[in-house]
Parts: sequence; C-alpha cells; structure tokens
Amino acid sequence: MPGRKVVILGSGDIGLIMARRMTFEGAEVKLVCELMPYSSGLTRNIVQCLNDFNIPLRLSCTVVGVHGKERLEGVTIANVDETRKPIPGTEEYIECDTLLLSVGLIPENELSRGMGLTLDRVTNGPVVNEYRETELPGVFACGNVLHVHDLVDYVTLESQIAGEGAARYIKGEVQPAEYVKTKGINGVRYVVPQHVNRKSESDVKLYFRVGDVYKNARVKVSCAGKVVSDKKKPKLAPGEMENVIIKAEVLNAMKPGGEITIQVEAI
Amino acid sequence: MHKDMVCVACPLGCSLTVEIEDDKIIAVSGNTCKRGDAYARSEVTNPTRSLTSTVKVCNGKCPVIPVKSARPLPKKLLIDCARELSKIEVRAPIKIGDVILHNILGTGVDIIATNCTREK
Repeated sequence: MPGRKVVILGSGDIGLIMARRMTFEGAEVKLVCELMPYSSGLTRNIVQCLNDFNIPLRLSCTVVGVHGKERLEGVTIANVDETRKPIPGTEEYIECDTLLLSVGLIPENELSRGMGLTLDRVTNGPVVNEYRETELPGVFACGNVLHVHDLVDYVTLESQIAGEGAARYIKGEVQPAEYVKTKGINGVRYVVPQHVNRKSESDVKLYFRVGDVYKNARVKVSCAGKVVSDKKKPKLAPGEMENVIIKAEVLNAMKPGGEITIQVEAI
Repeated sequence: MHKDMVCVACPLGCSLTVEIEDDKIIAVSGNTCKRGDAYARSEVTNPTRSLTSTVKVCNGKCPVIPVKSARPLPKKLLIDCARELSKIEVRAPIKIGDVILHNILGTGVDIIATNCTREK
C-alpha cells in the first residue's frame, strides 16, 4: 500500500468501507471527514467499519488545505456552517501521508454526449425506456453510466434488462412504442427508466431515489393521476435505491403521453 | 443496566437495547426480526464479524483473490486475522468456495475464496 497514515474525505458507503479495508491492510485511518451534518452511508457500515476500529467520524467538516511537496505530509480540516462554508478559526492540522477522496460518483458520459443523446439532468445519464434503450434505436445504457448505483446487484439486474432489450432489437422483435413518462415528485429525485412503453406485455420495475432521509414514510405511485400503489416504508434514504413495480395491465390502460409519478409522503 | 447498539445484520440498522442483570441478558428490544435478537445477544457475550479481504495469488490472471471468513470471527481477532491473510500467497487456479486458509488462528473458521482466477 502506498500510504500508512490516512485521512478520508467523504462518509458514504465507499468511504466507510475503505476505512475498514485500509485498516485491515495495516494503515492507521486517523479520521473520516464529512461535509454534511450526516453520513449518507448505512448505519451498519458506521458501526462495523468505523466504531469497531475506533475511527473518528467528524460531521460538518471538510479538508481546506493539503501540505507537502513530493509527498503529502498533512491536511488542514475545518468545520463548516449550514451553507457548507468553512468557519474561520476552526482549522486543525492533521498529519497524514494519504488523503482518500470518496466524494461521490458521476456517470461517465463522453460517449453518450458525443452521440447527441439527451441526458437526464438529475441522473447525469441518458434518458432510456424500460429496456434501457436510449433515444437512439439500438443504443442501450446500463450500470453507472446510466445512473449511479449503491448495490452491485442492481447493476447486474440492469445489465440483464439491457441485454434482453438488445437481443430483441437485433432479432427485429421491437414493435413501435407508445410512451408514457415517469416522474419523481415531492421528495423523489429521479426515476429510471424515464419513459415506458404503455403497450408493454410484462410488468415494469421503476427504480428511484429520494432526496432526504425519511422514517415511516409512504411511497405513492400514480398513473395519470390515479393512485395505483401506496406503501409504507420504515426507512428511506438518499443513498438507498428503491423500486416499485407497475403492472402491465395498469400500463396498458394508460393513454399515450400519460404520466406515472412517484412521491414520498412523510407520516 | 442496559446497552444500546445498532444492529448490523441487514441494511435496515435497527436501534437495539439489551437489558442486562447480573451478567445475564433479561430482554432485547428494538429489533424487528429474529436476527436482531441473535445479534444483540452475541454482541453482548461474544461479538463476531464476518471478515472480507484479499489474498495474493502468485501465478494468477488476477494478482489477488477476494476472500471471506466462512463464518463470523471473534471481533477482537479481526485485525490479527487480516494480518495473517496479508502474509500468505496462494496458487491459481482457484474456484469460488475453495478453502484459502484452514482454521485461521485456531478459531475453527476457514477462509474461503469468493471469486475464481485461472493460471496466468
């Protein structure tokens, strides 16, 4: 390993798991800094990746300076206010030879952009249908190029959906589609896929993410204004992808150009 | 006395409380399933964790192979076990489930491969 004394910036699941990983590899993880007042990682990861090894987690805190020339010698951290700006006078020097940045992922869309595909402003990935086919027929997108996933299991499932779609396309089994849109409102940040063929012969699973932490909330799904599902969820968090299934018969009953909305209601 | 903890059995992360009297567990509350009850009892008496790491492969297509403990290990031995794994090197081919290290540090728990690799 290239370093021995580590500071980690970012306390999502990747930052937390890297803290444990580097500890196992013989490093001393001195601190995990988190800009936000909460960690976006799972509580179980805070317990078994930080608390188990007495690694401190500093919330509302960020790295404001890095020191050293040939090699990192230390970082300066500072507390941040509600607007995430460093508070002068709270700076603290921490000696370390490694700074691990775990500050979020962005889909790599050089190819998608080059092909002129429409990108979703929230996911930063291309707009797709239920087979993960982009607006360009025969071009499919899945995995972190489409939207950033928390669990690899979802990436596998998504690749199978796109693979099935690509096979149908090659075999010429694709009939002209009549799309209905999907939309996240009231706390739902985004929905993938962004549009679905209302003539779909099978049920369609919609994946979505919320923008805040909710305890005991309801997830409501409406098709053309009519509520088709209303489920209680003990916990919803921005870091955890959720999904709902839209039945084929519900889709078939919709009019072209209709809208499926997903929303959260706090109880 | 009582002890508060967060369950790590699944991603839900229930807040648990264990009531203890004269070194005996009287009650577990806050759990929403049986696994939470078992976790709380083990956490008070003998805390355990699954270990995941990597082990070097000397002749493999991949330079390292991911491994895990076949069963949870005593929590206090985790770092020692990780150090033990950093010392060893295995030979390809390796299949998923192959025992990489038998009975690590006398715990009775095997370390097994969670991926496969062919020879270089």
